[in-house]
Amino acid sequence: MKHSAFFWFTLPSAIAMLLFIFFPIVSVVVQSLYVAHEQVIVEVENCGPFGCTTATAIDQEATAALREEQPLGRFAGLEIYTDRNHLAVDEFGQLWAQSTGVGDFIGRLMNLPFYKAIGFTLTYTFIVTPLTIILGFIIAVAVNSAARALRGPMIFFSLLPMIVTPLVGSLILFWMVDARGILGTALRALADDPSLSVKADTGLMWIMLMVYGVWHSAPFAFIVYYAGLQTVNTDTLEAARIDGASRWQQIRHVVIPHLLPLTTFIALIQLMDNFRVFEPIVSFNASAHATSLSWAIYNDLGGETQQLSSAAATSVLTILGVAILLSPVLIRTWRDYGKTA
Amino acid sequence: MASQAQKRPVLLQALMIAVLVIWMIAAAFPFLWTLWGSFKVEGDFFSLADWTNVLTGDMTTRETGDAFTTQGYAGAWIQEEFWRAAWNSTLVCLFVVTISLTLGTLGGYALARSTYRYAFWFLLVALIFRAMPPITLVSGYLPVFFEWNVWGYLPTAIIVLVAINQPFTLWMLHSFFKNIPQDLDESAMVDGCTRFQAFRHVIIPVMWPGVITTGLFSFLLAYNDFAVTAMILDKENQTMIPKIASFLGTTQTKGNVMFAVAAVVSTTAPLFLLIMFFQRQIVSGLTAGAVKG
Repeated sequence: MKHSAFFWFTLPSAIAMLLFIFFPIVSVVVQSLYVAHEQVIVEVENCGPFGCTTATAIDQEATAALREEQPLGRFAGLEIYTDRNHLAVDEFGQLWAQSTGVGDFIGRLMNLPFYKAIGFTLTYTFIVTPLTIILGFIIAVAVNSAARALRGPMIFFSLLPMIVTPLVGSLILFWMVDARGILGTALRALADDPSLSVKADTGLMWIMLMVYGVWHSAPFAFIVYYAGLQTVNTDTLEAARIDGASRWQQIRHVVIPHLLPLTTFIALIQLMDNFRVFEPIVSFNASAHATSLSWAIYNDLGGETQQLSSAAATSVLTILGVAILLSPVLIRTWRDYGKTA
Repeated sequence: MASQAQKRPVLLQALMIAVLVIWMIAAAFPFLWTLWGSFKVEGDFFSLADWTNVLTGDMTTRETGDAFTTQGYAGAWIQEEFWRAAWNSTLVCLFVVTISLTLGTLGGYALARSTYRYAFWFLLVALIFRAMPPITLVSGYLPVFFEWNVWGYLPTAIIVLVAINQPFTLWMLHSFFKNIPQDLDESAMVDGCTRFQAFRHVIIPVMWPGVITTGLFSFLLAYNDFAVTAMILDKENQTMIPKIASFLGTTQTKGNVMFAVAAVVSTTAPLFLLIMFFQRQIVSGLTAGAVKG
């Protein structure tokens, strides 16, 4: 394709991405280096019949003028990144000095908002992703062994947890595990503990969020594996069988190698999606027990006073996290391309 | 597979059936349960006394005189004006899908046909954009939208969603166009068509399966979005998902959690139909990127 044709064909989407993805990123980075102006405080002397008192008041005009003059706010450099709500450098050092052991240190670190968020986000990502892959594979093998007529309806129901809006899907589960819901009641009966409540227990809440995560994304892994199983080379399988391979050996040496590239693909997509975990925390009303990076941004932006700078700093740190997570894939793609080109 | 010839051990067969039954229950039961419960009053669906109340509709009968009630739906759709949110969602989805596909087919076609290195870089950058959580961009939008006075309106949300959708749309359509033989448009160009004419007369008539599949996923992205729409739409213009979230804040305290349950069921119903009619396209879309590697 000619350069000029390529240019015109891709121009509309390039503009869309430039304006609404690239520029916002730049703007987020810039914003995270500034803080909003404090209000200009002036001292006013009120003199009355009983002497003079000084009071402080906000100089509205001066504040407005200052904001007008520098709409971005006061340049703060990396101040926001190092404050208590983000990397908390000072607190980190203090905790390191005070704590008695690694466990104690991590426990205390989890009280700082940023570390609490990243702690949950990473745990969630690295527990949910492998479980999704394993569960998806098991379902795919099971469905593949079922009667042909049943497979269609099975795929239909399997797609539901994935297609349904995350916020809605997690609400549905949340209502079921509510202390007054059916699963909540069942759990209490099982544990024989009438006071058991998922809402009140951090550990249970984490488990519930991850159960939701696996439930939501297993269908994706299942569908991809199921499609992969349809294309397993039957000749190779037959040859293996004739050579006396057992069922397990057939799976181990024929099926699994065939599905390996699919696993990389699923893992990549799942890592990206799980890292942005957000909706279930809103639905489960779980912020007291678990927060994620996305939730932290949402919370900064949605509060009564919009903390744009704080949200921007968290956003930049999140983007860095995504970049680190993706870097092995990117490097590999780049190398592969280098080979073929 | 010819594995029927090779008989499975009974134990393995039983295990497979058990897996399937458990998964089917896990996947479908929550939805059926919530659908059933949405026609009950709160005292039944969230019953402290006895969970079987949901099945018998004890409280519902006592409160409304019938075992089923549409109170939740009436409350959500009329009293809380969920219909407005549903209409907004319809508009947003319609425009997001149309615009995304228009931009995406043009770009995806070019990316599939270009052999230069920059096409690869373009796709790689799109992949990086795809990986970023959309909410990280929101703090970049807000000050600008406030400044320009465009915050809170549907067209703003539509444009933003289109842009966020682009990387995914491009990747998907790019892989579909790769499957359309290059000879097709090249022979048209040999016959004297320009690139655009070849695209219009030769490619557009054969591209619909891929476009429909991609459109389904664009629709889902727009329909399911919470992070962006919750942040850049004001109360009047809210779409369904942020509206449900706002129910949680206002109605859980008033004891009208059933409004939210009814709204949730109403939001799920169109998706149910969508899977019913487009199951094959969804499956092929999910595997499009993967199987071809």
